[in-house]
Amino acid sequence: MDPILLLLATLDGIAYAALVFLVAVGLTLIFGVMRILNVAHGAFYAIGGYAAASLVLAISDADFSPWLSFPALLVAAAGVGAALGLVIERFLLRHIYAKEEVLQLLVTFAAFMILEDVQRLVWGVQPYSATDPVRLLGTVDVMGIPYNAYQIILLPVIAVMVLLGLRWFLRRTLSGKVITAVTEDRETAIAMGIDARKVFTVTFVIGAVLAALGGALASPTTAIQLGLGAEMIVLSFAVVATAGLGQVEGAALTALLIGLGRSFAVYLVPELDVLIPYMIMVLVLLFRPQGLFAVAEKRRI
Amino acid sequence: MSGTLLEASNLHISFGGVTAADGIDLEVFNGERLAIIGPNGAGKTTFLNICTGYLTPSAGSVRFGRRDITAMAPRAITRMGIARAFQTPQLFHDQRVIDNLLLAAAARERTWNPFRPLQDLPERDEMLELLELFGLAEVSTQMINELPEGNRKLVDIAVALALRPQLLLMDEPTSGVSTLEKFRIMDLLVEALAVQGVTSVFVEHDMEVVKRYADRVAVWSAGHIQSVGPPDQVLADPSVMRDVIGI
Amino acid sequence: MRLVRYLPAVLVLVVAVLPLAVPWLKIVLTVALAKGLAVLGVVVLLRAGQVSFGHAMFFAASAYSAAFLMQGFAGADLAVLLLAGMVCSGTMGAVIGLFVVRYRYIFFGMLNLAFSMVLYALLEKMFHITGGSDGMAVGRPTYLGLELARTSFETALFYTSLGLAGAACWFVHRFLRSPLGEALSAIRTNETRLEYLGISARWILLIAYVLSAVLAGLGGSIIAVNQGVVTPDLGYWIRSGEFVFIAILGGAGHVLGAFAGALVYELVRFYAAAMAADVWQMILGFVLLGIILFASRGIVGLYRDLAAIAPGPRGHREPLR
Repeated sequence: MDPILLLLATLDGIAYAALVFLVAVGLTLIFGVMRILNVAHGAFYAIGGYAAASLVLAISDADFSPWLSFPALLVAAAGVGAALGLVIERFLLRHIYAKEEVLQLLVTFAAFMILEDVQRLVWGVQPYSATDPVRLLGTVDVMGIPYNAYQIILLPVIAVMVLLGLRWFLRRTLSGKVITAVTEDRETAIAMGIDARKVFTVTFVIGAVLAALGGALASPTTAIQLGLGAEMIVLSFAVVATAGLGQVEGAALTALLIGLGRSFAVYLVPELDVLIPYMIMVLVLLFRPQGLFAVAEKRRI
Repeated sequence: MSGTLLEASNLHISFGGVTAADGIDLEVFNGERLAIIGPNGAGKTTFLNICTGYLTPSAGSVRFGRRDITAMAPRAITRMGIARAFQTPQLFHDQRVIDNLLLAAAARERTWNPFRPLQDLPERDEMLELLELFGLAEVSTQMINELPEGNRKLVDIAVALALRPQLLLMDEPTSGVSTLEKFRIMDLLVEALAVQGVTSVFVEHDMEVVKRYADRVAVWSAGHIQSVGPPDQVLADPSVMRDVIGI
Repeated sequence: MRLVRYLPAVLVLVVAVLPLAVPWLKIVLTVALAKGLAVLGVVVLLRAGQVSFGHAMFFAASAYSAAFLMQGFAGADLAVLLLAGMVCSGTMGAVIGLFVVRYRYIFFGMLNLAFSMVLYALLEKMFHITGGSDGMAVGRPTYLGLELARTSFETALFYTSLGLAGAACWFVHRFLRSPLGEALSAIRTNETRLEYLGISARWILLIAYVLSAVLAGLGGSIIAVNQGVVTPDLGYWIRSGEFVFIAILGGAGHVLGAFAGALVYELVRFYAAAMAADVWQMILGFVLLGIILFASRGIVGLYRDLAAIAPGPRGHREPLR
């Protein structure tokens, strides 16, 4: 393979992995604490993207400094994530914590269906994208190839910062330790007086904000359009399942693995690029049903 | 009937630093009722889990008849003739008592005709007789989750016996049952075992039950078999009483 | 109120006779029956407590197999198309099933979704074979060797579908009461005991999975012939979601509920979807939430409640479960 193509594929893969990681880590964090797989997570990603693109476009229409588009991405993500996360946790999930697993899955699936039409109603069917942030950061030379700095520097840096930030938060702060305690042993944590409801709300909102951040950061380089949410929930599930449900660091490594796998496929066998993430997942799950980084558990009998 | 039915040799297993079995050797003889006693958490249930393939020991082997069953799956071992009843009954809670037994009969006979209702299995009468033996004939059409705990334990054992096993492993068949009920259940159970000619191993906490119903008793302590023998002999040993009951 | 007891029989009769009175309803009802077959597949899996978010893949696979067959052998017979569709979806069900039956709940649902997304993407991308998002035309097959005109073919297809739906109902009904079916619902309640009866939960689930794939495939073939065109949308996740929705709407785990749900759904959609095209998913979502949170037994549950209130012969009351 041409070394330049190899390099390009690697760079693409890293940028892509950074976005997938943001969505997947939220999904896995929520699962770890609440034992619910939030199918609506894909919609958070898409709506985060729509909101960010709209905000950036509005800033450029209003002739404000285009540099404002960077904080705009963050503001859109935080706003969308917090609002959707709070509403869905408060008014929906709260009623189903005691229900059967199948029903929990169906409820988040219903939320996903509803949010899909919310996107259609608010943003219509045309694709959105806001390229200002990419243009502003320009390109960097990677061994003679110009590559845009937004994807090669900003996205990976943010992903790593999120990973380190989450590690610090979960291990060093009180709220984080409480979340970790609930993840590891919910019954004991609740018996010790931890307010599970509050932990659930906080975790769900953090997860939702991360998904929306993924969408917001994708909006400068990807056309945000209908159907994106479905693709993303399935892909991030593939990442989370391959890593092992509930694994934060594992999700980062797996996102990189799957991101690179996919971008190499784009260059080598373009028809099959969508297949690669799932082939990786199926292969891993065949040999390690619990995922790469999780430990298998047995029911007590 | 004599000879060895099941033989465990040199079993080792530990969980996160806790050693449940540290070189266990234990034989089960044809036709006997063997009780296993010992302090909580000593590894008695682990022994049943290993013998039925739910856990694989880190070293050692289990032989059943002439075959090594150490690494086999629970369902393969079940098909060979080892059935199990559980400390917490494992039943299909939203199906009826008779359905639970009929499913066992279907599994035993491998009757998987998709057009024939489970209800019409030819083994139905045999299953009703089995329920009769346990005094459960009246509740045969009740849902499992409508039964009191004591009856559920009996159904759990009946389901295991419906498989017509050679060997039945039971985990505290009389726990969660009132003292009054205990002997009634054990009488029924011993009769059922005798009718079918089933060899049995049961983990037990109640020394009265052990004395009355076991042919032999094995004392499990800290991953070892401390002693094996007839109940009156083993239970007379003061060190056993100290280790097991704490006096 | 006594009539309530005969409601199912009356409904079947109405559905059978309606197209004679209102010919244009035929196509809608055929669609409802085809979807009902796929929903029945979802219902079989719900019996084991498992929900598949990807069953439209079998629907699409056999629809495309019909399209390819018609393309290769113009004038192939409907019976051949239906059979080929069942073989195709059944084989695919066996292969995918071997993998997914190792998993339960979240993994089962999402892995099915993942496989269906892959099929959808392939159907869209393999433009030179599948015609991409424009899809493929499906010609009119012969009917048992006869070349029928359009309207008489539609009538024949409708009654064939009705017959197949009836047969499928009968078979699934028997199946669910057989030892296999009872073992299937045992997967939901206690897999440990199942294993300790010497029964492999995976085998049982695999058999059910292949059956459910074949049912979905049968529906897909009917849709392909009925519409005369197949597109990747047949396998999109929204379609799978629709099947799950209808299964829950009809009354999770109930055989007749699958078709009752499909009829209600398709008729409402026929009249209302045009008015509310942009919010159709949203309406479905809210109804689904409503059913799960407040009336988890769906249409069949409602009917049973009605039947229980109505005093029947000898004052017999159907017990409320």
